[in-house]
Amino acid sequence: MDTTVELPVKMVKPDIRPYIKSWITPLIVPLLLLLGWHAGVKVSGTQLIPLPKEVGLMLYDFAFGGIYDDAFSETLPLHLWSSVTRVYGGFFAAALVGIPLGLLIGRIKLIRDLLDPTLQLLRPVPVTAWLPLSMIFFGIGPNAAIFLVFLGAFYPIVFNTIFGVKAVDNRLFEAALMLGCSGSSLFRQVVLPAAIPSILNGLRLGHGFAWILIVVGEMTGVPEGLGAVIMDGRMLSRTDLVIAGMTVIGIVGYVSDRMLVALNNRLLKWSPQHHV
Amino acid sequence: MSDSERRPLPAIDIKGVSKVYSVGGQTVQALREVNLTIKKGEFACLIGASGCGKSTLLRIMAGFETASSGVVNMYGKPIVGPSPERGMVFQDYGLFPWLTVKENIGFGQRQRNLPKAKLNEISAYYTDMVGLTKFADYYPGQLSGGMKQRVAIARVLANDCEVLLMDEPFGALDALTREKLQQDLLEIWARTKVTVVFVTHAVEEAVMLSDRVVVMTAGPGRIEEDIKLALARPRDITAIEFNQVRRDITQYLSSHVSSKVAA
Ligand SMILES: Nc1ncnc2c1ncn2[C@@H]1O[C@H](COP(=O)(O)OP(=O)(O)OP(=O)(O)O)[C@@H](O)[C@H]1O
Ligand SMILES: [Mg+2]
Repeated sequence: MDTTVELPVKMVKPDIRPYIKSWITPLIVPLLLLLGWHAGVKVSGTQLIPLPKEVGLMLYDFAFGGIYDDAFSETLPLHLWSSVTRVYGGFFAAALVGIPLGLLIGRIKLIRDLLDPTLQLLRPVPVTAWLPLSMIFFGIGPNAAIFLVFLGAFYPIVFNTIFGVKAVDNRLFEAALMLGCSGSSLFRQVVLPAAIPSILNGLRLGHGFAWILIVVGEMTGVPEGLGAVIMDGRMLSRTDLVIAGMTVIGIVGYVSDRMLVALNNRLLKWSPQHHV
Repeated sequence: MSDSERRPLPAIDIKGVSKVYSVGGQTVQALREVNLTIKKGEFACLIGASGCGKSTLLRIMAGFETASSGVVNMYGKPIVGPSPERGMVFQDYGLFPWLTVKENIGFGQRQRNLPKAKLNEISAYYTDMVGLTKFADYYPGQLSGGMKQRVAIARVLANDCEVLLMDEPFGALDALTREKLQQDLLEIWARTKVTVVFVTHAVEEAVMLSDRVVVMTAGPGRIEEDIKLALARPRDITAIEFNQVRRDITQYLSSHVSSKVAA
């Protein structure tokens, strides 16, 4: 193959329309929702739901203070930091345990026979059902929340890793063996890279569950954290605070998911079909 | 073992090999009492109807399967498992999708803890041999079928394989690409003196490439004919002799098929 095909290089004027389009299209639905929310509150005259504008003010005060100057002013960094450290603490612990365990279960029959049935039995139990027990184990406080996050992230990570390891094409083992790669190198050079797409998929799912569970975990008598803020808002009938808390979680969860997606696309640059 | 000592020994020596698969209580005899000797440097084609055990025989030579009975030797030593001395080229390529072309080609040598410079030199050499230098940093997913198969050939050659085992390597390619790869393979074979065992369905391909055509028949798989080709190289598809040989082999194949149908 000594001739290369030159792709025709089109000289086009830089066209910004696609960029504008790709920015505007995703914003249409959220803007309409905001509009509908505003109109709904206005028309029904309800006192229970604040206007979007009021939530915006609350968010500003929550982050920077200077508007209401109450117990929640300027406390966003504190709560956010608490939640983020718990989410990532639990999530990384789950990855640290889940990935090696998944690799072992997927690869070694004895370990699979030993652990897989137990995991399969525990899996259908909703993670939130562990809340009472985890409060007994870890007391009332952040550790119970971290445990929930760990558990919620652990299952998708471990099961996706197992799947990834078991799904390695047998042809690749044959190819590696006839090229002189065997034993532990086989694991490192074939099993691990072949399982990476599934592992990343598990991490991404687990990460989503981690953010769900942190809120549940923090609603149980933890003084700080976004879940605690939402709970406080409910007790004080401060719906603007509740929605402000929800908004922050939505944004932060989205941003950190995008970071995982970026990692995914970088590690899997060999496989565009795995790109998200 | 030095070269002169082992020259008289055949590259591959198969004696009385049978293979029985058992699937869910049932047994399938894929091969019965196969004898085949392949000399060093020879280009041999295995040809035969689907299911006659060509792949099974090749996989036994590769060491992926063990014979149920019989002996398989390489240069007088029994084959006990896959080894870099015997490089396999699969119809479905079997490339590592997460490695680039040059990394795939260097994969075998990388197992040997060579200095990085030496490793790069070897993979660059073989990448060039199969004409993929411009694509050295591409991933398999970005290559055409013909290019993938070039990578698969290069990676076993780069690993100093002495016997090249090819299982319908060009079966999935279009006619033009196949012809080009056949010519390139012959060139590489002439240059490297590697021994080749090549499985194919296509009579024309077998006559184009090989010194010797081994015809297999099914039920259970065995060797029916072993035909030495005296045709001069390079071969001319349009030559009368070429077509004579092709007709003969086609006749062998179809007579076995029809006799089986009649039985
Ligand atoms: N792993 C296996 N388990 C059970 N039976 C098998 C296995 N591999 C092959 N066989 C059987 O052995 C026989 C020979 O198969 P083989 O793949 O060697 O044929 P082949 O000549 O390569 O056919 P084709 O030209 O279609 O590739 C077939 O009857 C097949 O069903
Ligand atoms: Mg076959």
